[in-house]
Amino acid sequence: MTTNLQFDQIRLPPECEALRAEVRAFLADEIAAGTFDPHRPGHGDSHNREFSRRVGAKGWIGMTWPKQYGGRERSFLERYVVTEEFRVANAPVRLHFVADRQSGPVLIKYAPEHIKHDILPRICRGELCFVIGMSEPNSGSDLFAAKTKATKVDGGFRINGSKIWTSNAHIADYMLGLFRTSPSTKENRRHGLTQFLVDMKTPGIAVNPIYQMSGQHDFNEVVFDDAFIPDDHVLGEIDGAWKQATSELAYERSGPERFLETFYVMLELIRALGPEPDLRGADGLGRLVAQLHTLRRMSVSVAGMLHAGKEPVVQGSLVKDLGTIWEQKLPNRVRELTAFLSPEIGNRATLEEQIAFATTIAPKLTIQGGTTEILRGIIARGLGLR
Amino acid sequence: MAGASESIVAATAARIFADLADPQTVNRAQDDGWAAGVWTAIEAAGLPLAWVPDELGGSGADIEDGFAVLAAAGGCALAVPLAETLLAGWLLARAGISSPPQAMTVAPARPHDRVTLGADGTLSGRAAGVPFAAATRHIAVLADSDTGPVVALAATTDCRVAPGRNIAGDPSDAVVFDHVKPLHLAPAPAGLNRDALMLMGATVRAVQTAGALEAILAMSVAYANERVAFERPIGKFQAVQQNLARLAGEVAAALAVSGSAADTMAQVDVADDAVFLEAASAKIRCAEAAQDGAAIAHQVFGAIGFTKEHVLHRFTLRMLSWRDDFGNESHWAAELGRRVARGGADAFWTLVASR
Repeated sequence: MTTNLQFDQIRLPPECEALRAEVRAFLADEIAAGTFDPHRPGHGDSHNREFSRRVGAKGWIGMTWPKQYGGRERSFLERYVVTEEFRVANAPVRLHFVADRQSGPVLIKYAPEHIKHDILPRICRGELCFVIGMSEPNSGSDLFAAKTKATKVDGGFRINGSKIWTSNAHIADYMLGLFRTSPSTKENRRHGLTQFLVDMKTPGIAVNPIYQMSGQHDFNEVVFDDAFIPDDHVLGEIDGAWKQATSELAYERSGPERFLETFYVMLELIRALGPEPDLRGADGLGRLVAQLHTLRRMSVSVAGMLHAGKEPVVQGSLVKDLGTIWEQKLPNRVRELTAFLSPEIGNRATLEEQIAFATTIAPKLTIQGGTTEILRGIIARGLGLR
Repeated sequence: MAGASESIVAATAARIFADLADPQTVNRAQDDGWAAGVWTAIEAAGLPLAWVPDELGGSGADIEDGFAVLAAAGGCALAVPLAETLLAGWLLARAGISSPPQAMTVAPARPHDRVTLGADGTLSGRAAGVPFAAATRHIAVLADSDTGPVVALAATTDCRVAPGRNIAGDPSDAVVFDHVKPLHLAPAPAGLNRDALMLMGATVRAVQTAGALEAILAMSVAYANERVAFERPIGKFQAVQQNLARLAGEVAAALAVSGSAADTMAQVDVADDAVFLEAASAKIRCAEAAQDGAAIAHQVFGAIGFTKEHVLHRFTLRMLSWRDDFGNESHWAAELGRRVARGGADAFWTLVASR
């Protein structure tokens, strides 16, 4: 049991601030060129192949990876700066973000050398989009109930079944999929799953769109009908994928994207309140600022602890739990704090558009990447309750 | 900031607190006799004047060490004026005034209270909610004067003290300065104004609160693992686990933000925008954590935690009281909100990212 919830006091080193200036200048140029509009919610969620290539050319995708695979061997804290600046600007990172955050690191750890040399440099150049193939119609939070089967055949495996809620599958080049290679055992129900690298152009893979309540299309169903995956696309241990999952959680769960997804409404709130807010606006804004500052300090701290080689799994889960609930409540808080402002305020139309958009995407924030309930289960385990 | 475990000074403090101010023992005590013993020990260890340099009568520890001591003090719900003496010593030292021995407190302790230095060289004004005033020999005062803020040392007996108690039962007194002649007087250094004092006080209370929350989490988890209901430890119920995970989130937030503010105070002397963001956020967020954290801990303990006999209230009521010292969360939220609004939307992220 540990009730030690230590957050190391990490301050971003000076090289991060030089990088921040460079990132901001790049984003300002992209905005000026009309690549995206920072005031348009949803842009941060969209994809843009040319933009991703330009980001890759700057060396900001896979920037912490070894140079031999196209990376720049820069620090996690530098990656943190790039991630938060892109997110705050609403930049269209969807194409490369999943590969940068989690697929690439999995490949570095578990893929055969020739695959790493083939794929990782292309991720770094912003050419590849990855999709996570974990959830199934009857297996969401309960990951180890996955049924989609990988059957051993000569030279590889045949995949049959389906994955669902697969964001980006319709634009993705590759999937990191979790498939059943053996039944689970009585002693270990997590046994029997294997992680594979799947080329989405493989015959026998069909991608069917699922439209979201926000009007967006990220989700898909991916159906596998005897799709063949060669032996060298197995990642890590056959039947032992569950061992590979846990150490990556802190990476996926503690980043700035876990509290900044609706940040644009906060900026619009500040514009709406103006330089001399009334007491209610000032008090409400001040609390939001304090909460945001706290989340960011926690998140930077986790990045620093990861950088130092620690495994702050519980702290990472705490950041996502607090962060996603905060960003989920933010649109309504802004709605309340602007309720009594003059209908004539200059940014009323933008404000309402942003609140409306953020309200429609808010429900997903505490579901994607580990639900609130799952996170609290992990935290409770860390506390010694389970 | 060094964690409590990394600081030798804090380790010494924790040992003294464990030996002489164990919350269970203190809670069972019939009178305040225990307090004298603790005070003698912490004074011998140089803790109350940790923020005062040797040449001004203190033990000259780092700002970080002092905060680590305060986290440990919060962790045992310490009810002696250690935080107040630390803060008073810090204020006096900033103006080059030596600290006398024995307990001190600081005035004003609320952001809108004001003490002024008259042309005759005496202090006048009223300060409410001054913690432990009646239990101290001296009060460190930040007063306004025609030439800017001044720091003064006043004898408590020269002031009119109307005793009061906060909800935890600790002294929280109204102090009236009616032409009080200060024992020492010096101009405040540049940047040390009422805001700066309140921000330091706010950081002190935030660090104590985080320490108390950490203790409450440990107690609550231990209790949930041992208390059996419906034939299993209540900690096995998901509803209880989810509540304790929420409590852990509040504790984590309080630790992170108070640690960050303490670290900031150790690095800089002038209350600029960054200091304001750090300290005000710490006070706001720790007060919120105290509110939600206290409610969850009491929920876990049920009726036994609501008794005088049980030690939980020593922590929860103290945290809830600390919310009101050196500016409550509403005060700081409005101030912080005004500052951010004045800076405008385009400067906002730059401010957040600067920390």
